[in-house]
Amino acid sequence: MIWIDTIIQGILLGGLYALFASGLSLVFGIMRLVNLAHGDLIVMGAYLILVLVTLLGLSPFLAVFVAVPLMFALGWFLQKFLLNRTLGEDILPPLLVTFGLSIALQNALLEGFSADSQRLPTNALTTASVDAGPITLGVMPLLTFASAVLVIVGLNQLFYRTELGRAFRATSDDATTASLMGIKPANIFATATGIALVIVTIAALYLGLRANFDPNIGPARLIYAFEAVIIGGLGSLWGTLLGGIIIGVAQTVGAAINPEWQILAGHIAFLVVLLVRPRGLFPRAND
Amino acid sequence: MALLQTQNLTAHYGDFQALFGVDIELGEAETVAIIGANGAGKTTLMRSIAGVLRNDAGAVSFDGVSIGALTADEIMAQGVAMVPEGRKLFPSLTVEENLLIGTYGRKTAGHWTLDTVYDLFPILAERRHNPGTALSGGQQQMVAIGRALMSNPRVLLCDEISLGLAPVVIKDIYKAIPQIKAAGASMIVVEQDIAQAMAVADRVYCMMEGRVTLSGTPDSLSRDDIHNAYFGASH
Repeated sequence: MIWIDTIIQGILLGGLYALFASGLSLVFGIMRLVNLAHGDLIVMGAYLILVLVTLLGLSPFLAVFVAVPLMFALGWFLQKFLLNRTLGEDILPPLLVTFGLSIALQNALLEGFSADSQRLPTNALTTASVDAGPITLGVMPLLTFASAVLVIVGLNQLFYRTELGRAFRATSDDATTASLMGIKPANIFATATGIALVIVTIAALYLGLRANFDPNIGPARLIYAFEAVIIGGLGSLWGTLLGGIIIGVAQTVGAAINPEWQILAGHIAFLVVLLVRPRGLFPRAND
Repeated sequence: MALLQTQNLTAHYGDFQALFGVDIELGEAETVAIIGANGAGKTTLMRSIAGVLRNDAGAVSFDGVSIGALTADEIMAQGVAMVPEGRKLFPSLTVEENLLIGTYGRKTAGHWTLDTVYDLFPILAERRHNPGTALSGGQQQMVAIGRALMSNPRVLLCDEISLGLAPVVIKDIYKAIPQIKAAGASMIVVEQDIAQAMAVADRVYCMMEGRVTLSGTPDSLSRDDIHNAYFGASH
C-alpha cells in the first residue's frame, strides 16, 4: 500500500512541475525562446502574491486574481520591449539576456525581501486531506494537479479553437509569412509571454502554499520545468504534464528508498528518458 | 491615377543590390504581369511592395498614400495581399485554418469568404481538415491564393504561382484568375511562364538584373522584343 501511496503522491507532485513547465513550454513552442529566468519569475510571482496578501489582507487564492493581470502585463512588456530584440537566427542572445534577467531578479528579490524563507499563509483548506480508501490525499496536491490539468486543457483550447491560437501556430511556423497575413509577430510573442506569466502566477501560488521559498530557489524550479518539457517532447503540452509526472514519481520513489535520493532520482529519470527517447516522448513532427 | 505605384524603387540584400530604380504602375481593376528570368528581381520587387523587404530608396504608394515605410502587416491591412513564392502554407494549420488566417484580426466585408473560396477551388472543400502541407503542390497553391483572397484585398500580388507545377495544374490555377478579377481585385502576377502571363495580363513588364527592360500591352510586344528584354541577347 505504501508504494501505491508513494506513486500517487508522485503523480500529484508532477502536477506542480507541469505548472512550472507549461509557461516555459508555451514560450519555447511559439518563439523558440528558452527563458532562463522562468524559475525566478515563478519565485517573483510568489513574492507578489505574498505582498498582496500582506497589504490587502486577501487570501492567497483571491490575491492570485489581482496578481494575474499584473503578471500578464509584465510578461507582455518584457517580451515586447526586451526579449523580442533578442530573437533572430542566433540562439545565444536570448540565453544571455534571460540569464542576466535571472540574476537581476534574484538580487532584486534579495534586496527587497532578504534571504529569509517565506511562505504564503495557510488555512484549514491548505492542510486538509481526503481519505481515498487506504490512502490519504492532501487537498493541496489534488488542487495543484487539477490546476495543471485545467491549465493544459485551457491552453489546448486556446491553441486549437481560437483565432489567437491559430495566429500563435502560424507565427510559430513562419513569422514572416504570418506578417504578410496581417499578423504582428512582435505582439503575438508579447501576448504569448503574457499568458506564460499568467501560468507562472498560478504555479507561484502552489509553490508558496506548499513549501517555503526564498529568492534563490528559482534556478532549481527552472531545472524541473526544463526536464518536464524535454521529457514530454518540445511543444507538446500533454507531454509536459507527463514529463512532470515522471519527475514527480521518480522523486517520491527515490525519497521513499532514501530521503537523500529524492532530487537525484528525478534527474536520473530525466537522463534515462533522454537516453531512450532523445527527442522526448511526444516530439512534434515538423521540428 | 494608378492604384499602386513604385517610383525609383531600390533594394539590397546585404551588399548585393537587387533592384535599381524600378518604376511600375497598377491601375484599378488592372492585371499586370511581371516576367523575367531567375534573379531578375521580380520576387524582390514583390517583397519590397509587400513590406517584407525594406526598400532603401524610392517610393511605393497605394491609393495615393505612401506605404513604403509601413510594415508587412500594416500594408496587408491597407488592402494589399500577397501570395508568396513557394506558397508558404503554415504546416501546423489545416487547410481551413490556413484560409482563416487571412482574416486575422479584422472583419472585412467583401466577395471572398470560406464559401466563395471553396466555390473557386472545390477540391479544397474536400480537403479542408487536412494539414495544408499534406496537399499536392497545385492544391497548396490554391490554398495560398485563397488565404490571400480571404482578406478581400484591393490588390493581390501573386509571386510565381506556377513555379514547380505541372502544366495541367497551372492551367487549373490560371482558370481562377478571371474570377478573381471579376470579384474586383487588381493583380500583379509574377511569372516565368511567358505564355501564361501574356494570356491573363492587361500589361506586361519585363525585368532583367533588377531593372525594368520592357513594358507594354501583350499585343504591342513582339516575340523578339520580349526575348531581348528577357535574356538581354542583343544589348
